[in-house]
Amino acid sequence: MMSFFRTLRRHPSGLLGFLGIIFFLLMVLVGPYVIPLDTKVKVDRIYSPPSLQHPLGTDHQGRDILSQIVHGGADLLYVAFLASLLSTMIAVVLGALSALIGGRVDSLLTGIVDVILTIPQFPLLAVLAGFVQLDSSTGIAILLALLSWPHLMRPIRSQVLSLKERDYVEAAIGLDLGTRHIIFAEILPNMASYIIIHFILAMTGSMYAQIGLVFLGLVPFSSSNWATMIQLAWVRGSIFFADSVYYILAPIAAISLFQLSLVSFSRALDEIVNPRLRAGDA
Amino acid sequence: MDSDSILKVENLSVIYQSRRGPVRAVREVSFDLKKGENLALIGESGCGKTTLGLALIRLLSKSARIVQGKILYRQGDRIIDVLSLSDDEVRRFRWQECAMVFQAALNAFNPVIRIWDHIYETAKSHGWTNRNEVREEALELFRMVQLDPHRVIDAYPHELSGGMRQRVLIAMSLLLKPQILILDEPTTALDILTQRTIIELLRRLKEEFHFSMIFISHDLALAAELADRVATMYAGRIIELTDVDSAFERPRHPYTYSLIRTVPTVHGDFQQLQSIPGSPPDLITPPQGCRFHPRCAFMTGSCLDEDPNLMPVDEKSAVACWRWREIDLRIKEAAER
Amino acid sequence: MTALLRLENVTKRFPVGRREITAVDSVSLEIHEGEILCMVGESGCGKTTTGKIISGLLRPTSGTVLYRGQDIWQMDRTAFSRFRKDVQVIHQDPYASLNPVRTVYKTLSAPLFRHRLVKNRKEATQKIIELLEIVGLTPPEDFIHKYPHQLSGGQRQRVSVARALTVNPRLIVADEATSMVDVSIRISLLNMLLRLRNELNVTFVFVTHDLSLAKYFAWDGRIAVMYVGRIVELSPTPQLIQQPRHPYTQALLSAIPEADPKLTRSKQRFQLRSHEIPSLLNLPPGCAFHPRCPWHQPGLCDQLRPQDELLQDGRQVACHVVSQQDREAAG
Repeated sequence: MMSFFRTLRRHPSGLLGFLGIIFFLLMVLVGPYVIPLDTKVKVDRIYSPPSLQHPLGTDHQGRDILSQIVHGGADLLYVAFLASLLSTMIAVVLGALSALIGGRVDSLLTGIVDVILTIPQFPLLAVLAGFVQLDSSTGIAILLALLSWPHLMRPIRSQVLSLKERDYVEAAIGLDLGTRHIIFAEILPNMASYIIIHFILAMTGSMYAQIGLVFLGLVPFSSSNWATMIQLAWVRGSIFFADSVYYILAPIAAISLFQLSLVSFSRALDEIVNPRLRAGDA
Repeated sequence: MDSDSILKVENLSVIYQSRRGPVRAVREVSFDLKKGENLALIGESGCGKTTLGLALIRLLSKSARIVQGKILYRQGDRIIDVLSLSDDEVRRFRWQECAMVFQAALNAFNPVIRIWDHIYETAKSHGWTNRNEVREEALELFRMVQLDPHRVIDAYPHELSGGMRQRVLIAMSLLLKPQILILDEPTTALDILTQRTIIELLRRLKEEFHFSMIFISHDLALAAELADRVATMYAGRIIELTDVDSAFERPRHPYTYSLIRTVPTVHGDFQQLQSIPGSPPDLITPPQGCRFHPRCAFMTGSCLDEDPNLMPVDEKSAVACWRWREIDLRIKEAAER
Repeated sequence: MTALLRLENVTKRFPVGRREITAVDSVSLEIHEGEILCMVGESGCGKTTTGKIISGLLRPTSGTVLYRGQDIWQMDRTAFSRFRKDVQVIHQDPYASLNPVRTVYKTLSAPLFRHRLVKNRKEATQKIIELLEIVGLTPPEDFIHKYPHQLSGGQRQRVSVARALTVNPRLIVADEATSMVDVSIRISLLNMLLRLRNELNVTFVFVTHDLSLAKYFAWDGRIAVMYVGRIVELSPTPQLIQQPRHPYTQALLSAIPEADPKLTRSKQRFQLRSHEIPSLLNLPPGCAFHPRCPWHQPGLCDQLRPQDELLQDGRQVACHVVSQQDREAAG
C-alpha cells in the first residue's frame, strides 16, 4: 500500500485521476445523504444561473441541478462497474482456458469471439435492448458484459499463449506444481496490470454504451441520472437556449471528468502493479 | 596526434540520463588508434565499451551526452575534430571514414527490406546514385566475404543465417571504403565454425583494404585471436591498454589479470579457475575511489580515496592501478615458481 | 555402474509448416548416477531438445526414455511425478527463468509447500535460508525477499539452482546455464555446481555450445558431441579434448579461438570442404557431415548412414572412416 502512494506521487496525473475517482465515489455514495434530491417544481426559478443556493443553477422546472448530479451517478457507475467486472472475468477465464487447453475448445471459443466482434456493437446492443425487457440496472450490466468480453478475450488468450512458453512456467511444470498454481500464481499475475487497466477502460466503454442507450430512449431509468439529464435537456431543446447551458453542461462535465479520472489513473497503474517498475526498489 | 595515428580520443566522457539518475557510462577515456592496427575493447556487459564505440561515430541515443573530451581523426593531411562536425558531415564521416558493424543477432536489419535495398539506401544517402555501379561493388564485396552474391543480394534478412547476416554487415560496412571499422561483438551468438570463418575473413579483408579495426567484445579469445593491442574497460574507464601478448602474459591490472584467469582454454590440461568475487558495479552509484576496489585482492587504503588514472608502465603499456608495481612483481614471482 | 537414465533410439520430429524436421535422430545414451555428461554442439544440433527429452518436458516421437529402468511415458501418476521431481532443469536465460512478479521466497516456497516438504512459513523460511546458503547467496536474508529484477544475472541463476534443489533432485539438466552470465562470474557458477555434485551426489547433464566450458565442467565426466540431431562422438572428456576422433569434433576443437594469443596463433586448423551448415529441412543423405568433411569417401559416406560404433579404446563414434581406421589399427 505504501508503495502504491509512493508511485502515485511521482505521477501527478495519476494522482489527480485517483483523487477524481475517490471524489466521484464519495459523491454518488455519500452525497445523497447530504444533499436531498430536489423534486419540487419552482416556476419562478426556471433556468436560473448558478448562485449560492443553487451552485449549478436549475433546470427547466426550477429544480436544483447539483442535487440531480449527486443523485444521478450511482446507477451509471454501478452498471459500468458491474459490466466491466463481468466482462473482464469472462474474458480472463475463457481466454486462459482457450490458450491452455487449445485444440477444439480453442477454435470454438475464438470462433464465437470472431462472430461477436464482427457484428457492429452498438446497433446490436440497441436492437437487443429493444427486445429484452430491461428494467433493472443489473440486467443492463449483464447485457453489456456479454457483448464486450470478446475485446479482452483475444489479447488475454495470446498473452497466456506466450507466457505459458516461458522458462519459469516450464520450471513450474518440472517441479510438478500443478495446473492451478501455474495459471493463478505464475501466469495471471504477470498480466495483472494489463487486466486492471483493461477493466478500467472497459468501464469507460460501458458508461458510454449506457448513455447511448438512455439517450436513444431504449432503457428506462429514473429521471435523475446523468444520461437521462442529457436526454431530457436534448428533448427540451436546451441546446438552443443560452440560459439552459448549465443544465446540459453539468451532466456532460460529470461524465467527462469521471472518464478522465479513470483514464489518467489507469496510466499510472502499470507502474503500480508491475514490481519491475515500482519505485524505490532498485 | 602522432603521425602514424588515425584516430585519437582524449579525455572522453559520456553520461546517460536514466530514471534512477545519471549513468556515467564512459569516463575520461583516452587512447589512440594507429594506422592498420587492430584494437580490442574488452570488458563485461555494462562496462561502457559499446557506448564508447557509438560515441566514436556519434551514434549515441538521445538520452546520452558527450560531456567532455575530443575525438580527432586524420583524413589525409587534415585532422578533423569529430565532435565539431555538422550533422551532414557526421553522416558522411560515419560510412566513408569510419563504419560500424553491429551485432547481427540484434536487429541490425529491417526485416521487410531486401538486402539490396539496404545497400542502395546507404549508398544513395552518400551521394552514390548509380545503381549498376553500386550493385557491381556490392556483388564484388559479397564474393570477398564468401557469400553467394546473387542469391544474397536479393534475399530478405530472415532468409540468411546468423553467420551470413554478419558477413553481409561486414561487406556493407566496406562499401564506401572506410579507413576505420568498428565491430560490436562480431562473433557473439555465432557457432564456433562460423566464428572461425568470420575471423579468417576479417584477416583477409584487412590485407586487401588496409583499414584499422576497433572491435568491441566480451570475448577474450577473440581479442587473443585478432588484436594487436587490447584496451580493458571496467566501469566506464580504460583500466589497461597494452599489446596483446602483454595483456595475456603479463597483465598489470588486477582486473585484467583475474579476468584472463576466468576463461578456460580448450587445449592443455585441466586448470582450476576462480571467478572474480562480487559483481560489476552499478554505474549510477559506483564505489568511491578505484571502481574495482571492492572486488580486488590487492586493495589497500589508497584505493578507497582516489580513482587512479591510466599511467604509462613502459613504451607499450599503460595501467590505471595504484599498486601495479607490486602486483607485477608478485605475478612474475608466481610465474617463475 | 547402473544407468540412472537411458535414452534408447530416441527420435524427435517437429512439424514445420507442412513438413517435418528431425531435431533428434535415434539417439541412444546412458547417464550414470553421479556423473557429469556434457552435450556439446552448434545451434540446431538437437542438444537442447535432447535435454528436454531427458527431463521429461518433451515426449519423443519414437524411442524410449528409461528412468531407473522404467519407461517414463508408461509410468503411473505417482511414479511420473516422482520422476519429475528427481529430474530438474536449469534454464539458459536468467531473465526469463524466474517469474518477475514473484519474490525469491515465493519462488522457492511454492514447491516446498506443494510437496509437503515443510509444514509452515517458519519451516519454509528456514529451508530457504539453507538453500540460499548452499547456492552461495549469502547472507540469505539479503536475498529472500527480493524480486528477480533486483538481482544480477548470476544471482538469478543461483536462485534457479536453489529452486531446482527444493525437491532434492537426482539429476539436473543445465541448458546453457552460464552462457548469459558475465565472464567474470561464470566460473563461480560452475564451481558451485561442481560442489553440489560432490556434496549432494547430483548427476549433471550440461548442455552447452562452448567446448572450453564443457572441458572445465566435465573434466572427470564425458562429452557427447552432437551434429544435426545425432551424437557423433561420445567419450571421456580428456580423451575427447586431447585426441578427438570424429572429423567434426576435430574441426570444432581446431576452430575454437583461445584466450591465449600464442596458443591460438599456433593452432593447426582442420580445413572443412564447405562452410554451409545443412538445413534440417533438407539433410544430406548418408552421413550428415559428409558435404563438409575432408575425409569423405564418395560412395560410402554420401550413401550409408554411419552407426554408433564402439572403438578399441571404448569411445563411441559415428563415422565410417574412423571405424575403418580403428579396425585397421587393430589389424
